[in-house]
Amino acid sequence: MPPARPSRVYFYGTCLVDLFFPEAGLAGIQLLQRAGVEVVFPEGQTCCGQPAYNCGYFEEARAVARTQIALFPEDLPVILPSGSCAGMMKHHYPDLFRGQPDEAAARAFAARVYELTQFLVDVLDVRLADLGPPVKVTWHSSCHALRDLGLKGQPQALLGQLANVELAPLARERECCGFGGTFSVRHPEISGTMACDKAADALATEASVVLSTDGGCLLNVKGVLEAQTAPMRVQHIAEFLWERTHAR
Amino acid sequence: MPGESDMNEGGPSGRFAPSASPLVHPHGVTERSPATPSGPSFRASAAKALGDAQLRANFRRAMDGLMTKRSAQFPDPGDLQALRDLGTAVRTRSLLRLPELLEQLEASCTRNGIQVHWAETCDQANALILGLLKARGATRLVKGKSMVSEEMHLNAFLESHGIESLESDLGEYIIQLDHETPSHIIMPAIHKNKGQIAQQFSQKIKDAAYTEDVDELTALARKVLRQKFLEADAGLSGVNFAVAETGTLCLVENEGNGRMSTHVPPLHIAVMGLEKVVARLEDVAPLYALLTRSATGQPATTYLNLISGPRAKDEMDGPREIHLVILDNGRSRIYGDPQLQATLRCIRCGACMNHCPVYTRVGGHAYEAVYPGPIGKILTPQIEGVGLRHDLIHGSSLCGACSEVCPVEIPIPDILVRLRREATHADAASAVAGQGTGRTTSEDLAWRAWAAVLKRPRLYRLSAWFATRFRQFIPGGLPLLKAWTLSRTTPLPAPRSLQERIRKEGMPRV
Ligand code: SF4
Repeated sequence: MPPARPSRVYFYGTCLVDLFFPEAGLAGIQLLQRAGVEVVFPEGQTCCGQPAYNCGYFEEARAVARTQIALFPEDLPVILPSGSCAGMMKHHYPDLFRGQPDEAAARAFAARVYELTQFLVDVLDVRLADLGPPVKVTWHSSCHALRDLGLKGQPQALLGQLANVELAPLARERECCGFGGTFSVRHPEISGTMACDKAADALATEASVVLSTDGGCLLNVKGVLEAQTAPMRVQHIAEFLWERTHAR
Repeated sequence: MPGESDMNEGGPSGRFAPSASPLVHPHGVTERSPATPSGPSFRASAAKALGDAQLRANFRRAMDGLMTKRSAQFPDPGDLQALRDLGTAVRTRSLLRLPELLEQLEASCTRNGIQVHWAETCDQANALILGLLKARGATRLVKGKSMVSEEMHLNAFLESHGIESLESDLGEYIIQLDHETPSHIIMPAIHKNKGQIAQQFSQKIKDAAYTEDVDELTALARKVLRQKFLEADAGLSGVNFAVAETGTLCLVENEGNGRMSTHVPPLHIAVMGLEKVVARLEDVAPLYALLTRSATGQPATTYLNLISGPRAKDEMDGPREIHLVILDNGRSRIYGDPQLQATLRCIRCGACMNHCPVYTRVGGHAYEAVYPGPIGKILTPQIEGVGLRHDLIHGSSLCGACSEVCPVEIPIPDILVRLRREATHADAASAVAGQGTGRTTSEDLAWRAWAAVLKRPRLYRLSAWFATRFRQFIPGGLPLLKAWTLSRTTPLPAPRSLQERIRKEGMPRV
């Protein structure tokens, strides 16, 4: 159940946004602030632990996850600009900490986790006014946002509020882009083929930008588009939303 | 029809091709890559399959057809979920009572005149079947589709003992002619196209004229098979569901070959994995509804055989003897683990492979396993050992498309993660075969180093500082980066990290 509209939230940047998409992090914070919410960004953030968890290195994942949970002591929602990391914290932390002394703390933390667009739509019910020129975009749902987290059209709902934005859906919107963390380097042939197919699907929409809520997918698709010098950008949805809706 | 088959694990055989015209799967053929001395390699075989653009395009088309047909059978998400809940509950409940139900099944079958045999290993099962055939002087066996018999490599075994073992499911018949293995658990010859089958038939079936006409090809195979059914000394089939209360063996198929194999010869041998049992006949209905819809998008198959005993005294037809061979082959070990037990819920519908973005691209042979696709990725390592099939358990992006469509909601990605852990850690009390044998020092060190940095924010900050400052100078020769850049450019970190910007510029304000 969505909580009553909070006045303060935590923001968790995630390692990929921290290193590759800092603008998306700043944009996410500002989208929240503009909706009237105070944003707390604790120092000491690193990574949710997903890479090690997915590879079966649970102790290592837990050691990292523990330090991260400790950064968010207050009973406030924790907002992430990533469906995958939010899915990890929300749905896999309980599993990762099963039987551990701090299982209860991990579960309590997990219950407070939200992906950004989910929070903007479901809890804050934000209204966006488009200030940008007409543009055609396409949307890639990350698998973990869809299936771990259960995003149900929140990003599309936000994009739908933007009057000058035309959303051209991918032919295979629910299909994986082939990132899969270490899968992309352990099975680069399969992963690369999937990424190329995703890029081709995006290009076929003739949109100028492909948006997503996940840094991993964005890096993956971006890498292919660049390698093919294709006329299309990738952008994190938070950055896109902020860019189009704030007066400069 | 060629290219399709029984849903017999058994599977319903037959008339469910993904495209309108079943023979028209213009697929390229996957050649199986030879097993390397170090064992099978999913990566190598997959890379080879990916090089075949025709194969990829054709698998894609076939899988698209199957996905469309399946979703047409489930127009209402609420109804689908209700049916999946029921199916999952039935399978879970059956497994909870597995030992008891198996005993009950044996008693019921025995009462019905079906003789029950237990085999712990494939070798035992093969020997058992050979013994049954030899004792009756049988030299010609005709088979309905059975994935368990594939697991046992029964055909090769029997042939090495001078017994003809002929596949009668059209898809299986096609691949048997070319000494291939199934590339899909429901549609074993899905990798072949019409032209290839036409070629094959004209070369390998006596007096067959070359034709690409689907009906003529089917008629050709039918003619051969009819004769074989009549001549066979014994018939073998799989089992989709075995009902403990009534001692009924359910066989789901489309071609009628299952009925012929189990009805015409004097001896019928059924093989099943020990997980196939359900308590009551009512349990079959939801599972059958889920199986046919998930597998081929059919509301029902042409045949659903309920076999509950040999020919009675006053009956005119049916086999004189029925034997049921119940195979373990690692299943009881899987059963012993509460999380992994979910693997045994599987009803072998193949929906997970039809929806898998990896399977769709590489096809079934690349897995170098009896069971390909997502279910194969969790089942094969559990049977053969997790270390041996390390590449298989990592050959997934964990996208979850499989578990999303699985009619009995097997959490395949979660089980993959669990198996990845088992493969690299020998400390847990679980009984997974080959536990810890996939561990390498380099991976071990890598994760330790990863944790050492990420649990120390200062170290992370320092690393982030280096990564952003020297972002242009990431050495391209790093092995991981080399793999990444096979099809992508090197990812370029931002000039300054988010955290550095917040530290220096303060939190943004609106
Ligand atoms: S795992 Fe699920 S989807 Fe795959 S074959 Fe088994 S029952 Fe079907």
